[in-house]
Amino acid sequence: MADGNIAVAEKSFYQESTNRYKGILSWLLSTDHKRVGLMYLIAIASFFVIGAIFGILMRLELIAPGKTIMDAQTYNTLFTLHGVLMIFLFIIPGLPVIFGNFFLPIMIGARDVAFPRLNLLSFWIYIVGAILVVVSLLLPGGPIDTGWTFYIPYSIRTSTNVSMAIFAAFVLGFSSILTGVNFITTIHRMRAPGMTWFKMPLFVWSTYATAWIQIIATPVIGITILLVILERMFGVGIFDPALGGDPLLFQHMFWIYSHPAVYIMILPAMGVVSEIVPTFARRTIFGYKAIAISSLAIAFVGYLVWAHHMFTSGISDTARWIFSLLTFLVALPSAVKVFNWVATMYKGSIDPKPPFLWVMAFIVLFSIGGLTGLVLGSLATDVHLHDTYFVVAHFHYVMFGGTGTIFFAALFYWFPKMFGKMYSIKWANIGVALFFISFNLLYFPKFIMGYMGMPRRYFDYLPQFEPLQVVSTIGSWLMGITLIIVFGNLIYSLRNGKKAPANPWGGVTLEWHVPSPPPLENFDEIPTVTHEPYDFSQLKEMKYGEG
Amino acid sequence: MHAEHSKHDKHIVGYGTYILIWLGLLALTSITVSIAGIHLGNYTLLVALFIAAVKSGLVINYFMHIKFEEPIFKVFLLISGTTLLIIFVLTAFDIIYR
Amino acid sequence: MVKAETNIELNSQAHVHRDDLGARMGMWLFLFTEVLLFGGMFLVYAVYRFQYSDEFRLAAMELNTGIGALNTIILLTSSLTVAASITAIQKGNKLLSIFLLISTIIFALVFMVNKFFEWSAKISHGIYPGSPELLEKQNGEILFFGLYYVMTGLHALHVIIGVVILVFILVFVIKNKINADDHVKLENSGLYWHLVDLIWIFLFPLFYLIH
Repeated sequence: MADGNIAVAEKSFYQESTNRYKGILSWLLSTDHKRVGLMYLIAIASFFVIGAIFGILMRLELIAPGKTIMDAQTYNTLFTLHGVLMIFLFIIPGLPVIFGNFFLPIMIGARDVAFPRLNLLSFWIYIVGAILVVVSLLLPGGPIDTGWTFYIPYSIRTSTNVSMAIFAAFVLGFSSILTGVNFITTIHRMRAPGMTWFKMPLFVWSTYATAWIQIIATPVIGITILLVILERMFGVGIFDPALGGDPLLFQHMFWIYSHPAVYIMILPAMGVVSEIVPTFARRTIFGYKAIAISSLAIAFVGYLVWAHHMFTSGISDTARWIFSLLTFLVALPSAVKVFNWVATMYKGSIDPKPPFLWVMAFIVLFSIGGLTGLVLGSLATDVHLHDTYFVVAHFHYVMFGGTGTIFFAALFYWFPKMFGKMYSIKWANIGVALFFISFNLLYFPKFIMGYMGMPRRYFDYLPQFEPLQVVSTIGSWLMGITLIIVFGNLIYSLRNGKKAPANPWGGVTLEWHVPSPPPLENFDEIPTVTHEPYDFSQLKEMKYGEG
Repeated sequence: MHAEHSKHDKHIVGYGTYILIWLGLLALTSITVSIAGIHLGNYTLLVALFIAAVKSGLVINYFMHIKFEEPIFKVFLLISGTTLLIIFVLTAFDIIYR
Repeated sequence: MVKAETNIELNSQAHVHRDDLGARMGMWLFLFTEVLLFGGMFLVYAVYRFQYSDEFRLAAMELNTGIGALNTIILLTSSLTVAASITAIQKGNKLLSIFLLISTIIFALVFMVNKFFEWSAKISHGIYPGSPELLEKQNGEILFFGLYYVMTGLHALHVIIGVVILVFILVFVIKNKINADDHVKLENSGLYWHLVDLIWIFLFPLFYLIH
C-alpha cells in the first residue's frame, strides 16, 4: 500500500490552511474537513456540558419530594431544554459531524468531502441553530416548556417561546440534511482506486446508512415544525383540535422523523465500535458483510416502527400490533452486530486500552437499553410502562450508554490522530470505570421506579420513590465528577500530552497510514487500496506499523 | 473513482423530444380536468392521482433527464419514493382502522 | 481534468476538483429532501381528506378550476423552456438559452401574479386562516383552507426561490460562466425548477379537481 515518501518534515493541517487568512479567521472560514470537524467538536462538547448541567440540576430538584430548588415551571423548562440540547445539539449531529467529517475522507483515501464549502455552510447553519435556541430562552414569553417533543395541543396553547425554539430545530435540521447530502456523494464518488464498497471500513458504511436517514427523515420534522409555527401564528387549524386538527397526526409526523433519528444517533456509534474492536483484538472483524448490510437494514427498518411511541395515545389496534411486530424486527440487525463484535474478540489478542474499555461499557449498557426497548415494544407491558421512568431509563441507556459512551470511545481512539498528542492512560481507565459505575447508579434505579409507577416529567412525587430518587441523584453527582475527569484528561493532554506516534494502537485503516495529525491534503499520494479493511498483516508493510 | 469529466454531457436531448413531452403533459392535463367532471365516486381520486403519476413520470424521466442518467440515480429515486410510500401505508393502518 | 497534485505550500487552496456527476447527485439528494418535506404535507392532506371527505368537497367548490388549470399549463411550459435552455447551451446557442431562461422566469412570475389574484379574491371574501367567516364553517372546511393556504403558500415560496436562482443562472449564462463545456449549475437549477412543477402537478388535482 503506497503511502508516499516524506522528504521534508511535513506540515500538519494546523499549520496549513485552505484560505488566505490567519489566526482564528483561517479556522472559521476553513473548508478543510478536519478543521470543520474540530470546530464542531468544540461547539458540540460545550452544548453537551450545558445539557449535562441541566440534567444535574434536574436531579437536584428531584432529590426530595415537593419543591427543592426550583418551581414546577422552571423544572418543565429544564427538562425541555435538557432534551433539546442533548438531542438536537449533541447526539444527532455529534458523531457524524465530528468524526464523520474528520475521518470519512481519510478512511476512503480522499482529500476532502465532495462539497467542502457546503460542509462549512453546514457548520455555520448549526451555529445559527444553536444561537436561535439561546435566543428562544431570552425572548419575552419565557423558555419553552413543552418537553422536547412539543406535542399539540399544549405546544399550540402555551405562551412560552415555542416557535423560536422549534424553528431553531428546523435550522439544525437543515445542517443535518446538508451533511447527509455531502457524505453520500463523497462515498459514492471519492473512494480511492481499489476501494470497492466491500473494502470500505465499517465506520464508512455506518456513516453512509446514517446519511440516508438524515436526508429522508429530517424533512418530515421540518414540515411538522413549520406547521406548528404556522398554527401558532395564523391558526390554520391543521394542528388545533378545536378546529378539527388531529393530535395523533402530529404525533405520527413527529415520530416519523424522531424514530429514525435515534438510528442517526446509534448507527455511527456502531460504526465506531466496528473500528475499535478489530484494532484492539488485533484481528479482522468477524462477519464484515453482515455488519455492513445490517447498517443498511437498521436504517431501512428504522423507518417502519415509529408508532411504538404512540401505543397508548389512541391509535387503532391494527396499527398497534403492526408496529409492535416491526419493532421486534428492528432488534435483529442490531443483535447481528453485537454477535459479530463478540465473535471478533474470540481468540483475538485483546489490548485493553481505553477505547476498548469504552466499547466494553457500551456493549453492556447498550444491550440493557436495547433489551428494555423490547419490553416497551411489547404492547401488553408498554401499557403499564409508557410515560414512566422506565422509558426514561431505556432511552438514557441506549442514547447515553450507547451513543454517549461511544462519543467518548471515539474521542479516546482518535485523539492522538486528531491532536498529535497522547493522553494519560491511567486517568482514562479511571474515567471509564467511574463512568460505568456512576451511569448505572444514575439510571438503573429509574427502571425500578418506572416499574413501580413513577411518571416521567413530574416535578413532584410520592414519598415511596424517595430512596431511589436519592440514589439516582447521587449517581448524577458522580457522573459530574466522571465527566470532569474524562474531559479534563483530554484537555490537559492537548497541551501537556506526549507527542503521539502516527499509529499508537496498531490500526490498519487508512487514517493510521498518515501522520498524527494529518497534513492538509491527508495524503501525499492517493493510495491504491489492495488490502481488506481489517487485514493486520499490513502492519509489517506500513510506514507507521505500530506505536 | 477520481474526478473526471462527465461524458454524460454528450447526451443531448433534442428540442423535438421536449416539445413532444410537453404536448403529452398538456394532453394529460386536459384529460384529468375533463374526467373530474365525470362522477366516478371513489375512483375519481385514484384516476386523478394515476394521471398525476404519469405526468410526473414524464417530467422526471425526460425533463429531469433521469432516463439517461447512471442507474444509481434511479436506485436513489426508488429508495426515496418507496420510503415515502411506506410512510403513507403505515399511517393508513392507524387512520383507516380507528 | 485529471486530479491535479498540488504543491504543499503555505496557504494553498484546497484541492478543488470538478465532478459534474457528483454535483448532479448532490442536487438529486437535496431534491429528495424537498419531496419528503412536501410528502409530509401531502400526508396531512390525505389524513384530513379521509376524515372530512364531504366537507373537503364542499370547500373545494370555492376554488376556481380554470385558474388552477391555467397555472398548471404555465408551470408545465416553464419546465419545457428551462429544459430546452439546457439543450441550447449544450449546442452552444447562448442567445436561445438566454431567451428560454427569460421565458421560464416570465412564466414563473405570471404564475405568481395568478396566485396573488387568487389569494386576494379569497381573502377579500373573508376566507383566510383565523378569519371570522372561516371559523363559522365546519372543521373540515377550515382544514381544507388551512391546507390550501399552507400548501400553495409553501409551493409559492419555492417558486420565488426558483426565480431567484434562475436569475443568478441567467447572469452566469450571459457572462459565459455557464457555457457548453460547463453547465452543471444550469442543469441543477433546472432540476430544482422541475421539482416545483412536480409538486404543482399533484397539488392541482387535489385542490382543484375535487368534484
